[in-house]
Amino acid sequence: MSEKYIQLTIDGTPISVPAGTTILDAAKEADVEIPVLCYFAHTTANGLCRLCVVEVEGARMLQAACVVAAQDGAVVHTRSPKVERARRTLLEMLASTVDISESPELQALVAEYECFPERFEGGKKRQPVVIDDNPVYLRDYSQCVMCWRCVQVCADDAQFTYALNFSGRGFDTQIATFFDKPLTETTCVFCGNCIGVCPTGALKAKREYLIEQGVAPEQVLELTRLKGRKNRT
Amino acid sequence: MEANDKTVLICRGTGCESAKSPAIQTELMSGLQGSDVEVKFTGCHGMCQQGPIVIVEPQGTFYANVKLKDVEPIVGSLKNGGGPVEKLFYKDPATKEGLSTYHDIPFYSRQKRLVLQNCGRIDPEDIDDYLAEGGYEGLKKAIFDMTPDAVVQAVLDSGLRGRGGGGFPTGRKWKFTQDAPSDTKYVLCNADEGDPGAFMDRSVLEGDPHAVLEGMAIAGFAIGAQKGYIYCRAEYPLAIKRLQIAIEQARERGYLGKGIMDGDFDFDIDIFHGAGAFVCGEETALITSIEGNRGMPRSRPPYPAVKGLYDKPTLLNNVKTYANVRLIINNGADWFASIGTEKSKGTAVFALTGKIANSGLVEVPMGITLREIIFDIGGGMLDPNKNFKAVQTGGPSGGCLPESFLDTPVDYDSLIEAGSMMGSGGMVVMDEDTCMVDVARYFLDFTEKESCGKCVPCRLGTKQMLDILEDIVEGRGKPGDIELLEDLAVGIKAGSLCGLGQTAPNPVLTTLRYFRDEYEAHINHHACPAKQCKELITYHILDTCVGCGLCRRNCSTNAIIGEQKELHYIDQSLCHKCGVCFEVCPPKVFSVEIRTGEVKLVES
Ligand SMILES: Cc1cc2nc3c(=O)[nH]c(=O)nc-3n(C[C@H](O)[C@H](O)[C@H](O)COP(=O)(O)O)c2cc1C
Ligand code: SF4
Ligand code: FES
Repeated sequence: MSEKYIQLTIDGTPISVPAGTTILDAAKEADVEIPVLCYFAHTTANGLCRLCVVEVEGARMLQAACVVAAQDGAVVHTRSPKVERARRTLLEMLASTVDISESPELQALVAEYECFPERFEGGKKRQPVVIDDNPVYLRDYSQCVMCWRCVQVCADDAQFTYALNFSGRGFDTQIATFFDKPLTETTCVFCGNCIGVCPTGALKAKREYLIEQGVAPEQVLELTRLKGRKNRT
Repeated sequence: MEANDKTVLICRGTGCESAKSPAIQTELMSGLQGSDVEVKFTGCHGMCQQGPIVIVEPQGTFYANVKLKDVEPIVGSLKNGGGPVEKLFYKDPATKEGLSTYHDIPFYSRQKRLVLQNCGRIDPEDIDDYLAEGGYEGLKKAIFDMTPDAVVQAVLDSGLRGRGGGGFPTGRKWKFTQDAPSDTKYVLCNADEGDPGAFMDRSVLEGDPHAVLEGMAIAGFAIGAQKGYIYCRAEYPLAIKRLQIAIEQARERGYLGKGIMDGDFDFDIDIFHGAGAFVCGEETALITSIEGNRGMPRSRPPYPAVKGLYDKPTLLNNVKTYANVRLIINNGADWFASIGTEKSKGTAVFALTGKIANSGLVEVPMGITLREIIFDIGGGMLDPNKNFKAVQTGGPSGGCLPESFLDTPVDYDSLIEAGSMMGSGGMVVMDEDTCMVDVARYFLDFTEKESCGKCVPCRLGTKQMLDILEDIVEGRGKPGDIELLEDLAVGIKAGSLCGLGQTAPNPVLTTLRYFRDEYEAHINHHACPAKQCKELITYHILDTCVGCGLCRRNCSTNAIIGEQKELHYIDQSLCHKCGVCFEVCPPKVFSVEIRTGEVKLVES
């Protein structure tokens, strides 16, 4: 198969990649690391956390490396002052509104970029209550960074069950079930894919959680048994 | 129309309809039954504040604020051949003189109505009226006398730029979509019109729907599409109804559908009812919404011209962009390019609102100054005793320009350079009573709520900015807030996924650029220079008070104390700052004063 190759420079390193390669993948080839949050190799990339933004010479806006294809002749800077500043602000905004205490990767980035989330102390935090509506997992959306990975695996990327979607707008946008129904009343089949892809502590397997809380194993089993779907007609 | 054949035109745009113009039309019709005067209804004339509007052609006699009881004298003057009804003339706000025809009214005489040429002149529900004005001649010329390439070339040569806000050269967009290889392509019309206070597109759809259909059909021919959709917000029921009627009439007459005008070009149009989210005006969100999903933008490229609706090459333009197309085809690219400035061709349509004497819909040649629009056409300030302070264009993505920019020519590039933008046509005029920090807060409140929530900078950043602005207007501003706002603005603009986030900080940035002292006054001195921010003002009664008791009786919290005929005072601990005392204090006495800044809260 004859593939068309393009040349570009990333942080001064010239590199040749097949046309259509994203900037993120091209950077990997060039041994340049770009931080990601919403991007996950096995789900559709939506380019929404904007942490992977890079500066492409000649482009008006910063470009999300995980979704934008590298162009022939492009000169890319992944660590320019503009990029660093944008990433720092993003991390600060996330850290000041979302509970990242159970997300070591995010914490590491916050430290690496020398963030001061305290700048936004005055702002409101997102603090929805933990949703415990099924025997399999808990949903603590105060830890959610809205990466969409769970929505994607629930939909066209893996399970095709479409139990998860969005509700609200603006700051109040949240991952939700249709009409906020309990998961047991949705199409959810409890495959657990969403728990697997969640990059923060927002989705938690209930057994793990209960054991962490010191609940006796036999009680844990009782509490997490999936009962017949009574509510279905 | 023969010279002495009179026609009475009654406006039935949304504004005039809600002021009972359909009933006035019925009355006029029954009053004039049997006479040779024809009664027709039309779309918006633009001067909505003066509505309902009745015009008698061919003289162009202009009656403003017509009420049901005025029908009788109008009918009388028409039937008996007497003079016009002078008391219904529009009065010049400056001279107070009645002006008899719309040719005399500066609001109209300074305009150049191309896109709006039929609005207010033809019956939008009757295709024959449109045909009588040369309707569908452009489509005919395109299909039978031109090649698709020639049509695209004409649009390119005309210099037409998108009227939806961004100002992208329309011809280039058409060329990209034409060049994209595919058997199936789509033509979309953006009639989402989400800017608060905007009604330009609605008025065009209500007043001249066929012009939009014709433009879309010409576009379909040029790029090789067979199907078009108009994405219109469901809050525009009258526009949707008139579009529906127009589409049906056009199909009946063979201007839409299979084998248009018996040629071999097929093109049809349907209406898609949008739920009215601001973000659905963004092109990729609009497409996602038509596809049946939650309207959220996606990353570009690929651009819709390559991969749009149902992954097919798709052309998306604004309502007014399409309405310009037939004029270019009919009159030639050179004619169009002769209007306007070097880089902005044709006209601009604005919805003039705010503290302006003549609010309404205006169309002006590109390059006219803001001053001419506001003071000559708009008649200046609503309250002539107040000073002009700022003009806002571009809606939530635009900015506020101060008095020193009044001589800025209105074109895409000059407005961007000044820190604002053309936008799709909202123009809000503000007077000295407007607090600019509060204006910024208003727009951020809008964008924060309308953010689709997809990307982090816009979802969280607009909220942060809004929180800071709320703190400032409510007296909790801190040193460092301005710098934090600026820092956030840079991050949000550079990092957001779509145009909503990329432009959301603009109202803050321009007010900071031109009215920074107001921000500083709020933060450092707890003062609102415009005396609008409730938390920062106090009301006081001066010792010129004659003790009439009006304010005391009107105060809803019983905060005003004083005996009849004696000096009154306000108990600040009870005052809710509704301002009713300021309103009711007789002008001759004028004893209520609003203070702001580090004022003593104790009465003297
Ligand atoms: C948040 C947002 C809202 C928009 N709203 C509208 C709108 O209401 N009407 C419109 O024509 N264009 C709107 N646009 C611009 C469109 O994305 C698009 O550029 C335009 O419709 C293209 O048409 P034009 O080239 O004829 O201007 C909006 C853009 C953004 C980012
Ligand atoms: S910029 Fe705002 S509206 Fe646009 S995708 Fe991001 S969150 Fe949605
Ligand atoms: S990793 Fe690219 S936008 Fe989130």
